[in-house]
Amino acid sequence: MNTSLPVFDVRSLQVVRGGSLILDVPSLVVAEGEILVLIVPNGAGKSTLLQTLSALVKPSRGEVFFRGKKIGEEIPLLQYRRRLAMVLQEPLLFDTTVYNNVASGLKIRGMKRNEIEQIAAKALERFGIAHLRDRSTRTLSGGEARRVSIARAFATNPEVLLLDEPFSALDPIMRETLLEDLEKVLRETRMTTIFVTHDRMEAIRIATRLGVMNAGEILQTGSPDEVMNHPVNEFVASLVGVETILKGKVTRKNNQTFVAEVSGQEIGAIGDPDLGERISLCIRPENVSLSTTDSCGPRPEVNAFPATVEKIMAMGFYQKLHLNCSFPLVAFATSRTLSDFLLREGDHVLACFEAKDVHVIRDAACDTSRLR
Amino acid sequence: MDIILEGIKKAFWLLVSFDPEVLGITLLSIKVSGSATLISLVIGITVGASVALTRFPGRRIVVSLINTGMALPPVVVGLFVTISLWRNGPLGFMGILYTPLAMIIAQAVIATPIVTGITLAAVQQLPAKLRLQILALGATRLQMLWILIKEAKLSLLAAVMAGFGGVISEVGASIMVGGNIKGYSRVLTTATVMETGRGNFDVAIALSVILLLLAYLINLALTQIQQRERRR
Amino acid sequence: MRQWALILWGVALCLILVAESSAAKGKTLILATTTSTQDTGLLDVLIPIFEKKTGYFVKTIAVGSGQAMTMGQKGEADVLLVHSPGAEKKFMEDGFGVTRRLVMHNDFVLVGTAEDPAKIKGLKSAAGAFKKMASAQALFISRGDNSGTHAKEKDVWKVAGVKYEGEKWYQQTGLGMGQTLNVAAEKKAYTLTDRGTYLAVAKTLKLDILVEGDAVLLNIYHVMEVNPQKWPKVNIAAAKAFADFMVSKETQEIIKTYGVDKYGSPLFFPDAGEKLEDLGK
Repeated sequence: MNTSLPVFDVRSLQVVRGGSLILDVPSLVVAEGEILVLIVPNGAGKSTLLQTLSALVKPSRGEVFFRGKKIGEEIPLLQYRRRLAMVLQEPLLFDTTVYNNVASGLKIRGMKRNEIEQIAAKALERFGIAHLRDRSTRTLSGGEARRVSIARAFATNPEVLLLDEPFSALDPIMRETLLEDLEKVLRETRMTTIFVTHDRMEAIRIATRLGVMNAGEILQTGSPDEVMNHPVNEFVASLVGVETILKGKVTRKNNQTFVAEVSGQEIGAIGDPDLGERISLCIRPENVSLSTTDSCGPRPEVNAFPATVEKIMAMGFYQKLHLNCSFPLVAFATSRTLSDFLLREGDHVLACFEAKDVHVIRDAACDTSRLR
Repeated sequence: MDIILEGIKKAFWLLVSFDPEVLGITLLSIKVSGSATLISLVIGITVGASVALTRFPGRRIVVSLINTGMALPPVVVGLFVTISLWRNGPLGFMGILYTPLAMIIAQAVIATPIVTGITLAAVQQLPAKLRLQILALGATRLQMLWILIKEAKLSLLAAVMAGFGGVISEVGASIMVGGNIKGYSRVLTTATVMETGRGNFDVAIALSVILLLLAYLINLALTQIQQRERRR
Repeated sequence: MRQWALILWGVALCLILVAESSAAKGKTLILATTTSTQDTGLLDVLIPIFEKKTGYFVKTIAVGSGQAMTMGQKGEADVLLVHSPGAEKKFMEDGFGVTRRLVMHNDFVLVGTAEDPAKIKGLKSAAGAFKKMASAQALFISRGDNSGTHAKEKDVWKVAGVKYEGEKWYQQTGLGMGQTLNVAAEKKAYTLTDRGTYLAVAKTLKLDILVEGDAVLLNIYHVMEVNPQKWPKVNIAAAKAFADFMVSKETQEIIKTYGVDKYGSPLFFPDAGEKLEDLGK
């Protein structure tokens, strides 16, 4: 197997249905061993992308190259499909035993009975469902069904695994457990994976490469750090968890730093925009720290703003604080922190964040539609 | 009421004494209707599943035709099959009018739309994405068809029962194309009509009882299979 | 894999049946006759003898007289055994038949309940009885199916010169003789029936013979081979063998005694070789 060729090389891929363009991907490259996670806020286009990649849907325009060979022409479709595995949103198990489900992909490939037995047993073991072997799939819980669905895909020993929101509609604890187990297997097998989800926590957790998709277009791809902290536009920013996006005007510049005026306050950031330019500033809540004293700590280049706690929202494991510093600012805090500092709505704090944590989106890329 | 009692007594007697003529008639009923049902299953399940899964121009018309076919009057089928099989008719050269084979053909024509219609509905009811998942597992179109048919097996067993029920009880077409010839093309239903026509109500009722018993036993067996599948 | 086995088994069965069915076309004889003839059971005795003697396989198709004649006209039968002299004559005139030979006769009788509201019991004239029933507006059940019996009934109405079509007391069943008798018994009505069928079901029905013996009530059977020149597919050899068989001495003997042990009197009277005018007791 040639590992220097990308696994997928998508060029000018478009799918038109009912007169409208539902998928438009000018370029996408997936490397060997990569776990690419696409954050997609709603259904538009994500299923179509995966279905096109697995040759279940024919593109209206464009080509997909698999390891350098064009699918449909240089690789026959059936052969190609047998080298991938796809797990859909609902488990879609067959009305028979768990074993028969896991073995189904192998039976389809016409393997011999004892070969199937070995491989299927291993897959059952790997996903912790060996004890469910002879159970009818009608009696499984949601989480168990997902495991069977994934084990079924894995048993076929694919070169690429495609997952379409496999953990949707599960409770958070189940999601957590399944994700952990999946991650373990993916890393062990070094499986090239494309994973689509709307849950950014899941995405950040498992991805070696992160992407954001909306309305059939891929808006940004990059390392998780890149995308999370340097979203190319506001839409992406909001998807990756940037809670604070501020509009400002550049008032002062100095070398690689500048100051922008936002709602009468001055925020220091790193970058090289033009004087007088209108820009957007993105601040992740994790990067905001709070102080009940007059200072933010030893570092002087920190942006510090007195703020009022307008609202505290419980988000499960943490709390989200909406602050008013003349401009809106969102911060996270643990319940512990809040109780230690006795912070309640209406209290005054000092909000602090570093200049380097302020991400700049220049006006040209500021609207939420097309990225070039 | 006592005429029915008479009939039941006679039925019991005929069965227990293995009356050869009645045995022959019963066996032929099973042979003819069984074969017709089998043929209708092969054609019906394949066509029904294929139409359910494929989009093609005029599909709606085909589906309407299938659904209409389910209500096709057997007597009409009998008439048209007879006309086709007449010695001087289009298929007369085959020389199969007034034979059990002609009866099988007529009954198969009656049962096939029933099986097709039920299969069509059953396969259409399967989750839409299931087809994609099966293809994603690397199945050929034929393998996919087979797996989907297996997934719909509960409904398909209902189709078998409906198809068989429709033809084991059929009499109009069977008389027309079979001729109700003694010891050759006489089955339970045609014999019942003949005996009624002669006024031999006790024999007619006896044959009816045997027919009901037969239909019940076979449906019992099929229901067992269906409910066993369900419980698993 | 069991499913495949089942399908193959089914296909094999069908093939066997095909083989069975298409075997020996030359050895098959299609005999078109009437339900009332078959219902007497006479053919159940004669056919096996004929088959054994000649090796032919006889397919007895028992339908209404009208349909039997039509089958002959369309060449769908090889030989006819019917009892509608009027239609038969036309059949021969139109060239559909080769020969027409007298076989036997039985007769029709007018039956009704013992109460006999129209008071026709013992009348010598059938037409007279019909006139009386009409004027009494007594319920009369007709077969109304163009069978031989129905044809005979219409003839008598004609001779009686009475209006019966559409009258309230005149009802048509469209059914076979046995069933029509049941309906008549049920409704306590009059009906015309062949003696054979009556004798076969008499014990279960409360109907008596009220009028019999009139020459017009004779039910005469002829056997006719269908003309192969009109319809080449007709198995003329088999047809001729059957016709010969029906008028042969041995067969005529069997016809003479048929029904005696069961009903006390014979159902038919053998007439082969006789002249039509000499018929009747």
